[in-house]
Amino acid sequence: MMQEQLAQLATYFQYPFVRYAFIVGVLVALCSSLLGVTLVLKRFSLIGDGLSHVAFGAMAVAAVLKLTTTTVLTLPVTVICAVLLLYGGSRRIKGDAAIAMLSVSSLALGYLLMNVFSRSANLSGDVCSILFGSFSILTLDPLEVKLCAALSFAAIAVFVLFYHRIFAVTFDEDFSMATGLNARAYNLVIAVVIAVIVVLAMNLVGSLLISALIVFPALSAMRVFRSFLSVTVCSAVISVACASCGIIVSILAGTPVGSTIVAGNILVFLACALLGRMRGSAQ
Amino acid sequence: MTEVVPSSPQTRPALLVCEDLTIGYEGVPVLEKLNFEVRAGDYLYIVGENGSGKSTLMKTILGLTPPLSGRVVTGGGLKRSEIGYLPQQTAVQKDFPASVREVVLSGCLNRMGLRPFYSRTEKDRAARSMERLGLTGLAGKCYRELSGGQQQRVLLARALCATRKLLMLDEPVTGLDPNAAAGMYDLIASLNGEGVTVVMISHDLSAAERHASHILHLTGHGWFFGTREEYLSSDVRRRFAPAEGGER
Repeated sequence: MMQEQLAQLATYFQYPFVRYAFIVGVLVALCSSLLGVTLVLKRFSLIGDGLSHVAFGAMAVAAVLKLTTTTVLTLPVTVICAVLLLYGGSRRIKGDAAIAMLSVSSLALGYLLMNVFSRSANLSGDVCSILFGSFSILTLDPLEVKLCAALSFAAIAVFVLFYHRIFAVTFDEDFSMATGLNARAYNLVIAVVIAVIVVLAMNLVGSLLISALIVFPALSAMRVFRSFLSVTVCSAVISVACASCGIIVSILAGTPVGSTIVAGNILVFLACALLGRMRGSAQ
Repeated sequence: MTEVVPSSPQTRPALLVCEDLTIGYEGVPVLEKLNFEVRAGDYLYIVGENGSGKSTLMKTILGLTPPLSGRVVTGGGLKRSEIGYLPQQTAVQKDFPASVREVVLSGCLNRMGLRPFYSRTEKDRAARSMERLGLTGLAGKCYRELSGGQQQRVLLARALCATRKLLMLDEPVTGLDPNAAAGMYDLIASLNGEGVTVVMISHDLSAAERHASHILHLTGHGWFFGTREEYLSSDVRRRFAPAEGGER
């Protein structure tokens, strides 16, 4: 039984598109976990959700325009929205209300556009795959795989280079600004990186499940570890492990990729919460 | 660590000058037409009741809150990256996973230019500052699991790392027991003795009268600024002095 499944897996991995999907999935999972701690602690957990709906709207427009590489349109639009939400901070409409407005309007308008203009025979299938990621990761073309990989590496490089500054700005923005750190610039960096991650993650889990990919690994790691470095490393490990297992399980069991990965993340979170509680009571 | 400060007050450069400064939130002034200056080597206490604008004043001086009118001029070659700041603790920090070492090291970031990672120099500086505050044994501990007083010492150690000329402290003895508070006052006084200029917000009038070189007292609708000696003989002091059961 086990051997049969391994053989089946080996057959699948002979196809380049399966290997691409796996590589992209792991890279995307790695970057999406990096900024999780920062977003959770800055009370921006739902920013990923908001931005992903914006990306959905942009993707609908791209579909209507018949663009083959949708990232060309979704990335800039999402980056602009992230900058407006995280960095500009219009004082007239406060934080979460602005996110709610932006996200539901792009969701509604995106769906409307697709319905009015799309000539696709399977419209609800298209929408479902944008929302939940389903199997779109298996249909990436080599160009998109390269783009995904390049963006992932860029996001990871920026995070590593700015790691200490991101820590300082998250832990105490006032202190950072008062002592001469350009906190606004680093907030801008965070906003741009998070937008890139959201666009990348849409390929993997679809736009409704992105928040899970960003927030769960960080929350799990925070139950168990106590320094910023260990939490960051641990959430990266959790995220990569869940993504790899999720992709393999989904291939073998025929389940949708995105929700399988998120289900894995939920299990890990429950385990970590239990471990954290046991440690807490042991002390 | 800091430049040698000549003792004569006239020759010491003014690091901060507040000119007709009006501060407040969202257009509503808390304090109007404030004028005072801080010279290198001074030890200024800012005292006053809750809501009199002490923290807002400090944030305005630091450029975190824009002034409603007037201005804060920095002098004596003071750069933002030479300031250390001990803010009041924020809600975010209550569940932040960070070790004491990570927090203290982050105070060194303002002297690193564009370099992305800490070098030996910063690590040594952080270690010295932790040692000075008796935190060496706690370096690997999680910040959020410390007692209030220990957290305060961690934030002061971080401020020490960031300081070259000026140390701005917003109620550094909050949450400290009397012994720890006395230790904190001694430490700050000794830093001031080494030439670091200190501006400190406090509720503790008697500490102010013991340690300060200058006192700024915000009274809600007015203010008094002067040297400690001027303050001791002022009307403000007579009105607000802690009831001592008949003045001696």
